[in-house]
Amino acid sequence: MSEPVPEELLDVTVTVNDVPRHARVPARRLLSDFLRHDLGLTGTHVGCEHGVCGACTVLVDGAPVRACLMFAVSAQAHAVTTIEGLGTIDAMGPVQQAFTECHGLQCGFCTPGFVTTITAYLEENPDPTQDEAREAISGNLCRCTGYQNIVKSVLRAAEIKAAGS
Amino acid sequence: MTTQMFGAPVRRREDPRLVTGGGKFLDDLGRGALAAAFVRSPHAHAKVVDIDVTDALDVEGLVAIYTHEDLPGRVGEPLPLLIPHPTLTHGRTQHALARDEVNHVGEPVVMVVARDRYLAEDACARIRVDYEPLPPVVGIEAARTADLLVHDDVPGNIAAHMLQEVGDVEAAIAGAPHVLELDLAIERSACMPMEGKGVYARWDADRDELRIYSSTQTSTGVRAAVAAKLGMPLAKVECIAPDVGGGFGVKINHPWPEEVLVPWVAKTLGVEVKWVEDRREHFISSAHERGQLQQVRVGFDDDGRLLGLDVKFWHDNGAYTPYGIIVPIITSTQLLGPYKPGTYRCEFWSLYTNTVLVTPYRGAGRPQGCFAMERTMDAIADELGLDRAEVRSRNFIQPSEMPFDHGLLFQDGRPLKYDSGDFPASLDKLKALVGWDDFAEYRERAQVEGRKVGLGIGCYVEGTGVGPYEGGHIQIETSGRVNVSTGLTSQGQGHETAFAQVVAQELGVPIEDVFVTTGDTRRMPYAVGTFASRAAVMSGNAIALAARNVRAKALRIAADALEVSADDLEIVDGIIRVKGAPDTAMSLGTVSVMSNPLRYAFDEAAKAATQFAGSNDPDKPPVADDDEPGLEGRDFYSPTQATFANGMHAAIVETDPVTAEIRILRYCVIHDCGTMINPMIVEGQVHGGVAQGVGGALYERMVYDESGQLLNASFMDFLMPYASEIPHIETDHLETPSPLNPLGIKGAGEAGCIPVSAVIASAVSDAEGFAITSMPISPVELWELRQRHAAGEIPSLRDHAPYPSGGSAQPDDLTGPTTRKS
Repeated sequence: MSEPVPEELLDVTVTVNDVPRHARVPARRLLSDFLRHDLGLTGTHVGCEHGVCGACTVLVDGAPVRACLMFAVSAQAHAVTTIEGLGTIDAMGPVQQAFTECHGLQCGFCTPGFVTTITAYLEENPDPTQDEAREAISGNLCRCTGYQNIVKSVLRAAEIKAAGS
Repeated sequence: MTTQMFGAPVRRREDPRLVTGGGKFLDDLGRGALAAAFVRSPHAHAKVVDIDVTDALDVEGLVAIYTHEDLPGRVGEPLPLLIPHPTLTHGRTQHALARDEVNHVGEPVVMVVARDRYLAEDACARIRVDYEPLPPVVGIEAARTADLLVHDDVPGNIAAHMLQEVGDVEAAIAGAPHVLELDLAIERSACMPMEGKGVYARWDADRDELRIYSSTQTSTGVRAAVAAKLGMPLAKVECIAPDVGGGFGVKINHPWPEEVLVPWVAKTLGVEVKWVEDRREHFISSAHERGQLQQVRVGFDDDGRLLGLDVKFWHDNGAYTPYGIIVPIITSTQLLGPYKPGTYRCEFWSLYTNTVLVTPYRGAGRPQGCFAMERTMDAIADELGLDRAEVRSRNFIQPSEMPFDHGLLFQDGRPLKYDSGDFPASLDKLKALVGWDDFAEYRERAQVEGRKVGLGIGCYVEGTGVGPYEGGHIQIETSGRVNVSTGLTSQGQGHETAFAQVVAQELGVPIEDVFVTTGDTRRMPYAVGTFASRAAVMSGNAIALAARNVRAKALRIAADALEVSADDLEIVDGIIRVKGAPDTAMSLGTVSVMSNPLRYAFDEAAKAATQFAGSNDPDKPPVADDDEPGLEGRDFYSPTQATFANGMHAAIVETDPVTAEIRILRYCVIHDCGTMINPMIVEGQVHGGVAQGVGGALYERMVYDESGQLLNASFMDFLMPYASEIPHIETDHLETPSPLNPLGIKGAGEAGCIPVSAVIASAVSDAEGFAITSMPISPVELWELRQRHAAGEIPSLRDHAPYPSGGSAQPDDLTGPTTRKS
C-alpha cells in the first residue's frame, strides 16, 4: 500500500468584493467552492455544478461568470463580485430591492445568480423592454417562481437604478 | 389602528436576508465538517458480489469507508415504510447501503467520509464493486407484463392493487346511449428543486446529543426516524430544517439513506459530517413521479352527462415504496375533479420497476388524474359535437350540492367530501378571461394567416390541508417581541411572512414585532410536515388559535391591572387599551412582565414583577392553579377532513405547421383557495406551479434506456424550462371560504401544476384536429403524430374546423426536426 500523497496547495489571491482575499488551495478547487468554503461567502449557491442553472453566477471583472465552471486559480488577480458585494440588508442594491418589491423569489436558492446576472445586464441595458428583460434572465434556472415576477423585478430594478443615478 | 394584515400583499420578511446572500441553506452550514460521498450502483438490477476498498485507503484525508456489513442493528435494516396501507401487500424499502442486491442505478452501495468532498470522491473512484447484473424491468409495460421481476418475492411486480367503486358502473355503462374508451399515458418527471437534498449532523460528546440539519420537508419526521434507527431517546436528538432551496415533494420522503447514515457516522466517530447531494445524485437517487398508463371507459347521455366512469391505471412506483401508495390513491380519487361521475369505479396497480423510486411531486398524482378526466371530457364533447366548456358545465357539482360526498376514501383515510366551491362561477370567470366565446373568430383569422392555433381547458379539485394536525406556539417577550413557532418546514412558501400576518392580525401587533420559526424540533416538537398544500391551512389555523389564547390571557392580565372588564379592552399596535379611552393602556410587553412573577429582576422592566414590587394577595399563589407563568399560548389544529380547493385553466397554443413546435400564446388561470392570507404569495405559488406544469407538459421526461440507465440525468439534457419557455400567466381569483377552519383557507401550493398537461393536450388537440393522448409532447412527437394522422392511423376529431390546405406538414417539407428530443 502506497503512502497517502498530500495534494499540492497553491497560493491564490483574488479580489472579492473589493477586498484582496488569499487562501492556499489545490489547483482543482472550483471558484464556487473557494468562495463558499475557503472564504465563507456562502451567498453564491451551487445548483448543478455543470454550468447550466446559473445559481453560482458571480461577476468577474464585472461580467457574469459561472463560478462552478472556473477554477479558483484562474481568478487569480481578477476582481470577483458576489451577491454579498451587491448590497446589505440595510443598504440593498437596486436589483436586490426590486426582488423584494416584486416577489421575485420564493426559496431564494437561485436568487443570487439572478441578481448578479441582472446587475451586469442593466449596466449595459439600462432600459429594457419586457421581452428583453425575459431574454436577459433566460440563462438562469428557477424552479419556484415561474419567472414572471423575476421579469418584473428586472424592469423595477431598471427604474430604481434610473431614479438613483 | 393596526393595519389590516390578513389578506394584504405584504412583502416577504425573509427576502432581505435571501437577496443579500444571507440565507443559510444546508451547505452553508458546517464549514469544516467532514464530507460524505457515496459509491452508487451503475446497474439498474444486480447482485452485489464483492466490494474492494483497498485502493481507496491510499487517499489522503480519508476518514472512513462503510459498506452494509458495517452497519449495526437497525441502521442496517431496511428503511421504514412510512405509510402502510392494507392494499400495499408487497411494500418494499431499501437498505441505507445496499445489502446484496441493487434495484436502480444510483442506489447507494458504499459510503466514504473524508476531509472534504473532493477527497471523498477521489476515494469513491478507487473503490471497486463487483456486480452480477440481472435483467432489469424498465417501463410500465414491462412491469405489467412481468416476464421479469424486480423483487423475486413480489409476483407480477405488483406492490399494490386497489379498487374503489361507487354505484353499479357496469350497469350504468351498459345502459348508456354513448360509450367511449380512451388509452392514455403520462411520462415521468421530477421535483428538481434548485437545492438538492442534504444532511449535516454533529455529535455533542459532552451531552451525548445529536443535532441534525436536513434539507427536509419534515424535521419532526427525520428526528423520529433517526432516533429510532440509532436507538436513541428522542430527547437526545434534535432536527432543524434550515433555509431549504425548494422541495416540491421530494423532501417529504424520509429518512433518505443519507439521513440515517450521516447522523450515524457523526455519532459513531464523534464528529461533524455533512453530505450535500449533487445534481446527478438528485436525478438518480432521489425520487421521480407521474408515470402512469391509463384506460378510461365512460358512458354518458345525449347531453354529455356522465352516467358511468370506469378507470383502470398502472402506476410506476419505481424500485421501492417508502411513501406507500399515496400517489396512486390521490390519482384515483382526485381524478373526479369538479364533476359528478354518476357511477365510478377506479382500479389501479402500483408496479415495481428497476428505476428511481416514486414519491409525491407537486400535485402528487392529481395531474395524472386530471389528465384522464379532462381528456375524457374533451372526448365526450367531440363525440356529441358540443362545446367543451358546456360539457364540463353540465357535469359540475353545483354550489347548492355542497358539501358533496363522493363516497370514496381519500389519501388521509377519510371521506372524499368537498367542503365548498363554486364551479360555475369559476368557469364563467375563466371563459371571460381567456375570451372563450371569441376564440372561433381568432382561429379563423389565424387560419387565414396560415397559422394553427388551438384552445384548451382543464378543471381540477385539489384536496388540501390534510391532517393529522399541526401546532402553533406563541410567546411574547417583555420587550414586546412576539415569537411564533410551528413545526412544519418552509421551502420558499413565505411562511415567515404569512404566519406573521396571521399573528399580527389576531393579536393586534405590528408585523415587525413578529418572528416566525418553522421546522425546528427544539421549538415545536409536534408536527407532521409540509406537503399536500397543507401549511397555511394547518399551521395557519393552529397559529391563529394559539394567538387567540395568548390574546385572551393578555386581556385577562391587563383587565386585572387596569381594573376593567376584558370585554372593554382592545389591542392596537401592541398596546392594550380601553375602548374609547385609549389613555388607559399598557403594552403587551408590560403584560408579559406581569405574567411571569419573578424573584430576580433582570432589567428595569422586570422589577415590576418581583415579589416586593407591589401588593399581593397572601392567600393566593403567585401563579394560579389553573395558570402558567409567561405570556404564552399554544394550540393545535386537527381537522376532521381535508379542504378542497379548485381551479380552472385555459391556454391558447400555436403549433408550427412545418416544425411542429408548440408555443403557448396565452395561459389563463382561475384559482380558488378560499380566503387568502397573502394574495401576492398565492399568486407566486400559482405562477410557479404553472411553470412546473408547462415543464411536465412540453419538455421534461425521464429517459431510461432498456438497461435502466437514465440518459438525461443532467440539466444539459433534462429540459427544465427557462424564462424563455414559460408564458406570461394571467390570473384571476375566486375566494370561496372553507367552512371547515377558523380562517376559511384552503391550500394553494400545488394547484398551479395540476391541470397543465390536460390543458396543453386539449389545446394541441384543438389546434391539430386529432386527440393527444400521451404527455409530455415534444415537437418530434407531434410531427410523428401528424404523419400517423395523415396516414389515417389516428382519427380526426369530428367537431373540428378543417384547416385550409397546406396546414399539415409533409415529410418532404422538412430537413428534420429542429428541437432536441430528450
